[in-house]
Amino acid sequence: MDFGLSDEQRQLSDILGNYLADQLPIDELRAVADQGTGFSDDLWQGLVELGLPGLLIPEEHGGSGLGILDAAVVAEALGYGAAPAPYVASMVMAPLALLRSGDDAQQAAWLPRIAAGEVRLGLGFEILSGGTRAGDIALKDGKLSGEFSGILDGGAATHVLLYLADGWAVIVDTNTDTAELHSATTIDGTRPLTTVTLTDANVEFLDAANDPVAAAQSVLDAGRVMLAADTLGAGQRMLDDAITYAADRVQFDRPIASFQAVKHMCADVVSALEPCRALVWYAAYAQDAVPDEARVAACHAKAHLAEVGRDVARTTTEVHGGMGFTDLLGLHLWFKRIGFDRQVLGGPEHCRHEAAVAQGWAVE
Amino acid sequence: MDLNYSDRHKALQDKVRAFIDANKHEAPSLANVRKKPDRATLAWQHKLLRYGYVGRTVPRQYGGFGAEPDVLESAIISQEFTGAGISGGITNQGISMLVPTLLEVGTEKQRVRWIAPTLQGEIIWCQGYSEPGAGSDLASLKTHAHVDGDDFVINGQKIWTSSAHFADMIFILVRTEPDAPKHRGISYLLVPMDSEGIEVRPLKTMTGQSTFNEVFFTDVRVATDQIVMDRGDGWKVANTTLKYERLLLGDPNKMLNRFHRIVKMMEDTRIGGRRLMDMPEYRDRLLRLQGEVMASKYHGMRLLTEADKGEESGVKRLIVKYFGTVLAHKLSALAVDVMGEAGLAYDLSGLGTEDASLWNSDYMYDIGLIIGGGSSQIQKNIISERGLGMPREPRAEPQKAQKTMER
Ligand SMILES: Cc1cc2nc3c(=O)[nH]c(=O)nc-3n(C[C@H](O)[C@H](O)[C@H](O)COP(=O)(O)OP(=O)(O)OC[C@H]3O[C@@H](n4cnc5c(N)ncnc54)[C@H](O)[C@@H]3O)c2cc1C
Repeated sequence: MDFGLSDEQRQLSDILGNYLADQLPIDELRAVADQGTGFSDDLWQGLVELGLPGLLIPEEHGGSGLGILDAAVVAEALGYGAAPAPYVASMVMAPLALLRSGDDAQQAAWLPRIAAGEVRLGLGFEILSGGTRAGDIALKDGKLSGEFSGILDGGAATHVLLYLADGWAVIVDTNTDTAELHSATTIDGTRPLTTVTLTDANVEFLDAANDPVAAAQSVLDAGRVMLAADTLGAGQRMLDDAITYAADRVQFDRPIASFQAVKHMCADVVSALEPCRALVWYAAYAQDAVPDEARVAACHAKAHLAEVGRDVARTTTEVHGGMGFTDLLGLHLWFKRIGFDRQVLGGPEHCRHEAAVAQGWAVE
Repeated sequence: MDLNYSDRHKALQDKVRAFIDANKHEAPSLANVRKKPDRATLAWQHKLLRYGYVGRTVPRQYGGFGAEPDVLESAIISQEFTGAGISGGITNQGISMLVPTLLEVGTEKQRVRWIAPTLQGEIIWCQGYSEPGAGSDLASLKTHAHVDGDDFVINGQKIWTSSAHFADMIFILVRTEPDAPKHRGISYLLVPMDSEGIEVRPLKTMTGQSTFNEVFFTDVRVATDQIVMDRGDGWKVANTTLKYERLLLGDPNKMLNRFHRIVKMMEDTRIGGRRLMDMPEYRDRLLRLQGEVMASKYHGMRLLTEADKGEESGVKRLIVKYFGTVLAHKLSALAVDVMGEAGLAYDLSGLGTEDASLWNSDYMYDIGLIIGGGSSQIQKNIISERGLGMPREPRAEPQKAQKTMER
């Protein structure tokens, strides 16, 4: 038994962490966040060079064929840097959707282009679209019409992958007159939520899965694990910043880090956050290796990280005093990132309910 | 990441399972902890020792099973017993804390003399650290001992001494070097509880039971070779013991077991015709705790892997006592809450047989575990200072050459 990351996984995390620390200074990050598209061309090119879009794509299709745990390691590093990059949907969920619900020809057509960074897919679930404006989507003569909201990574998407009821998935080209994207700015400048309005749009069906609902769920679960990992990274960043700030800031002639109240805030944060890391790792690993527990683990990782993340975000902001509340430090970018992770693909209450259903403790 | 056991570990797991299946009818009730072991408990302990499920890595010459240390083996054994809800042997301060301490720092003579009977449950120990004036600030303890001929002569008072009312021996911290800085003036002695001059007065706790005591020492004599390490080394020895105590508190297997009991209760119990599990408010609380229990479980596996590889776990290990004991209390609180008015029932004679009394007892005892062995606040000092590298609290009044010594 070996519960932990491999040397390669640690390396992956270091390489990406260092890359973001160098290439995404706070001013740059702030500039991208102010636009609200969740996309920066430079950063995108960098991530493509690092091979991230092909992470989960099999080698025969131009990727590196790694697993969900590797993807979670990446998600954590991206969260640590609050990287404004289409990752969860474009690089994780969409490739998985194609692998699970696309036929051979579709995989051969799409996966190499995703791996090469030529296309970027936003992704949404009709049943989940934030619970706000559930799309009244209609399919007629193979063409799709209606409004579909709550799309992840839609800010600079070339296509969107939409999960309709019953696990049916379609890909829509957004570069046509029949599909109109509208990205709403969210609390989190590093990632927008997008609505697509379709008027008799041509769609490509992904219908090769034997059990479309289970396939759709597994894609959803993988996305939830990524969001949990993102919160983990963002939370860790906020804790690290709080400890550094507290060591530098002097009040009453001593660093505030020497005040017990401040120390205990940080101790509370690390005591809640550190066990989350093991939960995220396990949930990620389970997606590939423990199918029986994959659902429950993903729901719990998502829900638990959402709850812990909220406390971490608040407490570490408090440690910074008034500075934490200003725009100056940019700390709020991580605060908001954690808030975004909490709500999308099902909030904690929703995820816990799904975990209860999966264990036979509740009906849907 | 690979959660499969090696063939050797798998084989051990099968063996333990088969053992439990074949022998569980002999296992003593789990409710018998915190009491002097009865005949069934002792017989079970002896059997577990023979099979190597207790004292597994203790060398044979000290009465153990003599297996090579392997943290995974120990973890598998503990998981199987806890998972089956079967006693995995006596857990008391002697076995869990003193034995590993003697193995680490005791003399050959002390190991030969004390370890085997302790493992067999024939010698029960209690831990004499805390005093009325020395709780969290343990190193300020005042009970003292001076040498007279071949003996130490002990005078003073201990408090909160669990099990002292039936213990055979006490490992005790006393001040032997009054002129040394406070943490270097302490010694660690092993003293028979039937020594002349020891008086034990039980203290009733909020659970209604008397699990701990005041222990008074008046001119109690004990031979000078009953010291562990040297005069003035007591603080070092005590920290060795405490390390083992904190591992004992916050055990994720225990949490998992509790969680499963609550699930079963919520599935089986109806109030007003409705299954508890069908009440969404309680169910969501259950699910919230499931997330925490899972985090704690996998965190434990991560620590286990690090220990297996000989890696330092740092802050990851320091947080366990704090979050583990608090989580345990949240679980017993949920159990009590879901029973509604029925959850108020509390009858000491019903401990071990009946849900409400048992859960209420845990619900209260858990507070004791949050406080004992270093309170949550002390844990947070340790986590932030040693784990996160934050600066120590400036001392109120500077005392020469002293570190903050906290337990
Ligand atoms: C169930 C139980 C069993 C026990 N068994 C034993 C035993 O077998 N042997 C033994 O020797 N002892 C035993 N103890 C004693 C236990 O170790 C002490 O109770 C504990 O160390 C706290 O000391 P205290 O009770 O004097 O509380 P105090 O030290 O007076 O603490 C009171 C409060 O002040 C806080 N506090 C104190 N110092 C600080 C600080 N520096 N920073 C922040 N907050 C602080 C504490 O967190 C606590 O909330 C047991 C206790 C319990 C509850």
